[in-house]
Amino acid sequence: MYERVRKRYLALKVESEEPLSEKDLIRAIWSSILQLFGEYGASQTNLYLVEFNPEDGHTILRCSHKMVDIVRASIAAITRINEKSVGIHVVRVSGTLRALRKKVMIRK
Amino acid sequence: MRKFVDLHLRPSIRNLDQVEQMIKRSFDLGYWVVGIPLPSNIKQEKIRQLKTISENIGADLVTRVDLSPKTSSELLRNLRHVRRKFEIISVKCNSKNVARQAAKDRRVDILAFSTRFSRKHYFDTAEAELASKAEGALEIDLTSLLFLTEFPRIRFLSNLRKEVAIAEKFKVPIVISSGATNVSLLRGPCDYAALAMLFDLPMSVALRGLSENPLRIVDRNRKKLGAGYVAPGLFVVRDVKRCMNV
Repeated sequence: MYERVRKRYLALKVESEEPLSEKDLIRAIWSSILQLFGEYGASQTNLYLVEFNPEDGHTILRCSHKMVDIVRASIAAITRINEKSVGIHVVRVSGTLRALRKKVMIRK
Repeated sequence: MRKFVDLHLRPSIRNLDQVEQMIKRSFDLGYWVVGIPLPSNIKQEKIRQLKTISENIGADLVTRVDLSPKTSSELLRNLRHVRRKFEIISVKCNSKNVARQAAKDRRVDILAFSTRFSRKHYFDTAEAELASKAEGALEIDLTSLLFLTEFPRIRFLSNLRKEVAIAEKFKVPIVISSGATNVSLLRGPCDYAALAMLFDLPMSVALRGLSENPLRIVDRNRKKLGAGYVAPGLFVVRDVKRCMNV
């Protein structure tokens, strides 16, 4: 029976030596997921880049709620993008975009 | 609220700016207690300087020494010199003799193994049994996991999986640390716990390895290094002169 897939929104903070493009970031995340969990794992994540601000590095990702840990581990494993040193930190995780924005605002 | 600990930050001690940066970043990521390995001949003045930097940020600095002896007699000699000087003693086990000696010695708090080389895989069941009796903990540095790729990473994960399974079977506490040498390699505690999933460590155990387990070691050793400590379970509460006056 079809089960509705619950989502999780992840607020990320990208710290890099040089500004990154949206394309580079999402490619690096997918590549890390593929390296660590393979195509089968990657297919279950339902990963989607909701928002990316290249100026301050604040990013919002959406994924399946069952795969949050997998996405989190893959993001933590990224150390370089385009031969530049990068650190990506998960700031908050939430079930709705609205709640996430509220939480991140409070944190700021 | 959980108090997270990163017992293995590895900045260059000479570069105080880097030390400050790394402690600050760790504190921002949610670590309240941080450990930095120091040279065994470090002066008290330098330790005080580092503690001041850490206190200004709001973090609690734990002094630690990483021993890397070649023989078990060298290990014993080193332990005699450093035990009362540092809060945490970690031993990098480069040979089987050193590993066995470190596991059974109660002065050793943390056992570190080279998980990159499968031939140097000394954390077996015998080792775990000794470590469990002597209250030693197994340390896992996650920086190597971030650096390695392809086959070396596969081998590293496989070794870690074996070590973790043995540690859990013999109830050896696992301590997860960053082992980071610069700010860009630091990650938050939940990110490390998620990475620990790669070697089959459940989230709850990983979080314990980032909080309760290292905190217990720090508390235990601070009590031991305190002025009133005599032996396990025996403390000086009041000295004789004061008792006479009462």
